[in-house]
This record gives sequence, structure tokens and C-alpha cells, in this order.
Amino acid sequence: MDGEDRGAKPPGAPSTQARRVGRPLVGSPDEPSTPSSRRRSVDRRRFMAGLTTLAAGAMAQAVAAPAVGAAPADAPVGAPAPRLADLPPARDGEAALMRMQRELQKALQKPIEQRRWGMVIDLRKCVGCSACTIACKAENRLPPGVVYRPVLEEEIGEYPNVTRRFMPRPCMQCENPPCVPVCPVGATYKRPDGIVEINYEQCIGCRYCMTACPYQARVFDSGDFYTLDSPAPQPYEMLKTYEYGRSYDRTKHESPVGNVRKCHFCLGRLDNGMLPECVTSCIGVATYFGDLNDETSLVAEMSASPNVHRLKEELGTKPRVFYLM
Amino acid sequence: MKARPLTVTLGAVWLVAFAAGLYGLTQRLLSGHEQANYGSYVPWGLWVAQYIYFVGLSAGAFLLSSLIFVFGLKRLEPIGKLALFTATITLCCALLVIWLDLGHPFRFWKVYVNAQPTSMMAWMVWLYTAYFLLVVTETWFALRADLVTWSRRPGLPGLIGRLLTFGSRDGSEGARERDHRVLRVLGTLGVPLAVAFHGGVGALFGVLGARPYWNTSLMPIMFLVGALASGGALLTFVVAYFWPDQKAPAYRDMVALLGKLTLGLLAFDLILEWSELSINLYASIPAHAEAFRSVLFGPFWWVFWIGHLALGAAVPIALLALFPNRPKVVGLAGLLIAATFIGVRLNIVVPGLIRPELVGLERAYTDLRLTFDYVPSQMEFLVGLFVVSFGVGLFFLGRWLLPLAASEPAVLPPGPNGHEAPLYQPIAKEPTYAAR
Repeated sequence: MDGEDRGAKPPGAPSTQARRVGRPLVGSPDEPSTPSSRRRSVDRRRFMAGLTTLAAGAMAQAVAAPAVGAAPADAPVGAPAPRLADLPPARDGEAALMRMQRELQKALQKPIEQRRWGMVIDLRKCVGCSACTIACKAENRLPPGVVYRPVLEEEIGEYPNVTRRFMPRPCMQCENPPCVPVCPVGATYKRPDGIVEINYEQCIGCRYCMTACPYQARVFDSGDFYTLDSPAPQPYEMLKTYEYGRSYDRTKHESPVGNVRKCHFCLGRLDNGMLPECVTSCIGVATYFGDLNDETSLVAEMSASPNVHRLKEELGTKPRVFYLM
Repeated sequence: MKARPLTVTLGAVWLVAFAAGLYGLTQRLLSGHEQANYGSYVPWGLWVAQYIYFVGLSAGAFLLSSLIFVFGLKRLEPIGKLALFTATITLCCALLVIWLDLGHPFRFWKVYVNAQPTSMMAWMVWLYTAYFLLVVTETWFALRADLVTWSRRPGLPGLIGRLLTFGSRDGSEGARERDHRVLRVLGTLGVPLAVAFHGGVGALFGVLGARPYWNTSLMPIMFLVGALASGGALLTFVVAYFWPDQKAPAYRDMVALLGKLTLGLLAFDLILEWSELSINLYASIPAHAEAFRSVLFGPFWWVFWIGHLALGAAVPIALLALFPNRPKVVGLAGLLIAATFIGVRLNIVVPGLIRPELVGLERAYTDLRLTFDYVPSQMEFLVGLFVVSFGVGLFFLGRWLLPLAASEPAVLPPGPNGHEAPLYQPIAKEPTYAAR
């Protein structure tokens, strides 16, 4: 399959922002509940497109892709993210993904500094399938040695009384990230919405931040390819990658080769109104995502439950990834 | 010049090492970090260990030179230039290897333009830049008067001398005295700078709360004491084996004194190491103790027990204690300490990284690069070899081209063919720039 057509890869933020400015999202957070907005009958095709995008990760994207056709490398491709007005109204007992999607759209209408992205991972629901790990590898086209969200496995007890615990580990997007102050060139910093970003052009590859992260969420791109030196180099590996609102070509041995890399909550997807890939690909809906500043949001609710746990809280990093035990 | 078999053999070994090193360097430059074994979970490896090893040697040699220029330790007076030159070369080695370690070596200038003051690494870069400028300037002032004399030599050394004097022609006693005053000022500035710089390298590790093995306030102190011990040991070796006039009584005296200094510093370093080891092992908090256990009983136990404790401490201490007045034995002890200290540096860097920070991370994702077993790759070893042979090569080049030993005579006695002069004057009879 032609690489650039694979579709639904979130393009750069600049173009995204331009699109959002050009076509402002309809409806304020309150609007969907007012009768007038209900009356505005939901265009069925749009609704279906929205559902398709929601219907989880890469597969849905592949379905949507043929409709796109050949597009320039950096142009937005794939199905557009559903707009708030396109989403069905909230109702009791709706799927968590539906609710998170609506909350995401709501949050995107606020100025960036009023958002505070957070993630909740329900360890009781995680079966250790590693779908999120692989979806993330595919979404971000990660090379060998680079993984943003491994699923840690721990065996508890002795045969025959054994149980296993699985713990997906994305970047914690700490409120007090130890990786940020140690960077000698300020190449990593917190965005106003709380995501810790890496500027690939600024990073000199000293790897000091990797030693400073208590969660080993940062990895180094050594420049390897899975298939480049094999008899059959695969086109998918030569594709451009999209991160932090820019496109990168690893085959030129330029950034992000030689850089430190990490999970960024799928920034490009967020800017396009899509949930992070690990959230939509989770087979058991064990990963939740949303705006912690919105006290009515699902993640805000869940992160306030008494069985919540954050990794290595004693270090004072204040992670924004919450684990439900 | 008569070439002894040993010299020829060592020369051949150097040539082979340098050639192999060049091969490794080419690999590094052509394929980036693809052939390196450090990476995602063990981000730092042999090269970072070599870096802290070489900056330690540099800071140690420099601080010892400051004993002479700042504190006026007359007995070590003649080795001042050699100490400064050793500090310069080891610093060059350190900067070369850490530059090759960068993911984007050609972006190093960003640390000067966009330095972030909250980063110990940024501070370290600024400090070693200042330190580098100071050491080079100080070396120049220490050599200047002798370069004036040196520039009258025939051939390449004379040419180098003429180039490096930058037009300075004044080799008189008065000028030497002025140089010595400058050296005192520079040395006085250099002491806090070298302490801050190398202590800062220790702090770079110490400040990381995420790494319990490194996160100790003893770290900067251990770095400094280790620097003095290893730098002193290297200087002892260099003076013992490469001093031109080994018949002079001053030579014996200097080597014996350097040996004693090194012995004391090594003993202090061992006390600090014991303090770290014993306290952490007794407390047995896994995150702290496991790294120390891996040092003592891990797959690379021999780096500590044989490399550091036996060859780097027990044997040299015995040699220094039993034969304090035999320069060649003292020098050998110095070589042993200095050479094996790379093991101490490796045991700072690697054990701090080989323990997963989260349980189960080591099994979470199967990938050649996502592993916690670190052994340097062939390319890493070869580049390491290149840096060492580069430093050794620079040293001998300097020894050939620069007046590094005792002062040149202020006025050249005319030789038989007009400008032949004795290569070195006996130290005792030398007018030195310290004659105040």
C-alpha cells in the first residue's frame, strides 16, 4: 500500500490549527444540551464518519483511507475528526469512548492553557494484550529500540497460586517533570496543557534527561530500521513520521535519529480532535483520557477515586497518569 | 636517535591501536549510533565513563600543578609545565569522547547559545570551556619563556616554537618573573574553577533523584578526590618514566614526593568508597544496595575486585609503601592506579543504569536495544581506543615539539654548529622562573 495514502495520520499542528481557525468548531460546551442545537439534525453521513473515527485506531483509519486519495506528504489526510456538534447528545450509559470524545472536543474549545490533559489506566481491566503498545508503534512509526508505551508485566505468587499484573507505562507527563530542568539546551519543556514536549531540532542527544526520568519513559533513537538492511526493505519504514506538528524523515539520518524520544499523548491526534491511539486501541477500554481541569470529565471523576495510585509519588513528580488498582 | 627494542615494540602497539581506533572512529562517523550498545535503557556507557575518567585526570593534574604555581611547592617546581600539559591533553581526550557520544555532535554549539541554567550539564559545559581556556593560557605562559629559547632550534620543534611564541621574544629573567606572576593569578583562578568543574561533573550525577545509586551528596567529593588520586598517579608515572634527566637528585625527590601525595589521595578515595559501599549495603534499601551488589558480585565483579582493588589499590599501595625511593617502581604504581581508574569510573556510570527503574520493564518489550545488559560494542571499544591513543600520541608529539621538561636556559650557549644546544640542562643548576 502506498505509504502516504495510509491515511488518518495526524499531520502537523500548524496545519491543524489553521484548519481550526478557518472552520471554527460549532457550539460552545453548553450548546449541545440546548433545544436549538438538538434540532439541528445531525447529518447522517457526518455522524457515521465521526463514529468511524471513534471506532478505534488503526483499523478504522485503514477503512477511511481509500476515500482520501493521493495527498501531498504534509497535507492532512484521513477522515476528519468529528466536530462537537456532530456527536450524538450525551446520554446515560453511553460508551466511555463516546463520552471522552465529546469531552475532548469540549476541551479543545478552551484556550490551551486552560486544558490539563491526563490519563487514567484501569489496571483491573488491563489484560496485557499490548495492543496499545503496538498501536502506538504504528501510529508514531517507531523504529527498533524506541517504544513509548510498553506494558510492564509482573508475576505475583508461586505456582499454582500465580497471578500476573500488567501495567502500561506511557510518559507520565509529570506536573513537576525531572527531565525538564536537566536539559542543557532547553529542548524539552512543558506545554501549557501539561504535555512534556521535545524539540527534536534543539535536542543535542546528550541523553541526560533519560537518566533523570524515574519512569524510563524516555528512549534514544539510535537510527536503526527494522528492514532497511534486509533483502526486502518495507515501504512503511521509509515513510515520514509526524510528531509535534512536524514531519520527519528518518531515512535521511536526521532528527529524530540521534534524539531522545517519548510519548506525547499523541499530540498530533489531539490537535485534530482525536483521542490518543492507545486509548482508542485498548480492547478492554482500560485507558481513559481527557481534561483534568474539566471536573465533569470522565478522567477527572476517575482520578478522584480512592483506589487511585500514581507511580513513585514520593519523588514529587506529580504524574498525570493515574492507575486504578 | 637510538631506538631500543622496547620503544619500537611500544611504538608498534601504539600504531596498531591508533589504526584500529581510526577504524572505530570511521564507523562512528559513518553509521552514527547504530553500532553502539548504549541506547534506550542504558543511555550512557563506556564513553561517558571515559569522559569522567579523562576530566578527572585533567582536573587532578591541574590541581597538582596549582600546588606549584599557587602554593609555591618548590620541590615540584620543575614538573609544573608537564602537569599543565598533561591536564590539557587529558581534557582534549575527554572533550573528544563526549563530543562523539552526543546524538547530534554538530549541535554542541547550542549549549553556548541556549544554555539552560537549571541544568548541571549546561553548567559543566560552561565550566569546562572556561577551564579549557584557562589551562591552555596557563600552559602557554608556563612555556612562553622556554619557547623563546626553543624557537632557535632547528627543524620542526624550532618552527613550532616560533609559531607558538606569537612574536614574544623576551626570554629574560624579568620576563620569566612576570610570567610567573601571571601563572600565580591564573592558577589561583584555576583552583576554584577546577574544583567547581569537576565537582560539577560529580553533581551532574548526584542531583538525579531518579537514580538512587548516584543520588548522594558524596558524589562531587568523590569525584574530586578520585580526580586528584588518578591525576596525581598519572603525573607520577609520567615524571618517573619520561623525565629527561633521571640522574639528578631532584628527580628522585620529585617522584618520591608525588608518590607520597598519590598514596595519601588514594587512601582518602578508598575511605570514601568504603563509606558509600558499607552504608548502602548495610541499609539494604534495594534501589540503593542492588547497584552496589552488582558492582561487587555482578557479572563484572572483576572490574572492582581485580581491576580496582587488587591492581589499582593493593599492589600500588604495597609498591608505594615498600619502595618509596625507587622512582621506576613508584612510577609503575602510578601507572597502575591511573590506568585502572577507568574501572572506578565505569563502576560509577554503568551500575547506576542497569537496574530497571520499574519492575518488569526489562521484560515488557522484546527488542535488542531495550535491554539492561550493557557491554560496550566493538565500535565503542575502538573509539575508546582511539581516544586513548590520540592522547598518548599528543603527549609524545608535545614531548618532541615543546619544551616540557625543566626550563630552557635563558641564553643559549653556542654549540659547535652555531645553534646546537644541550636538550636539557640539569635541574639543580637551572635558573627558573620561580627565582624570586
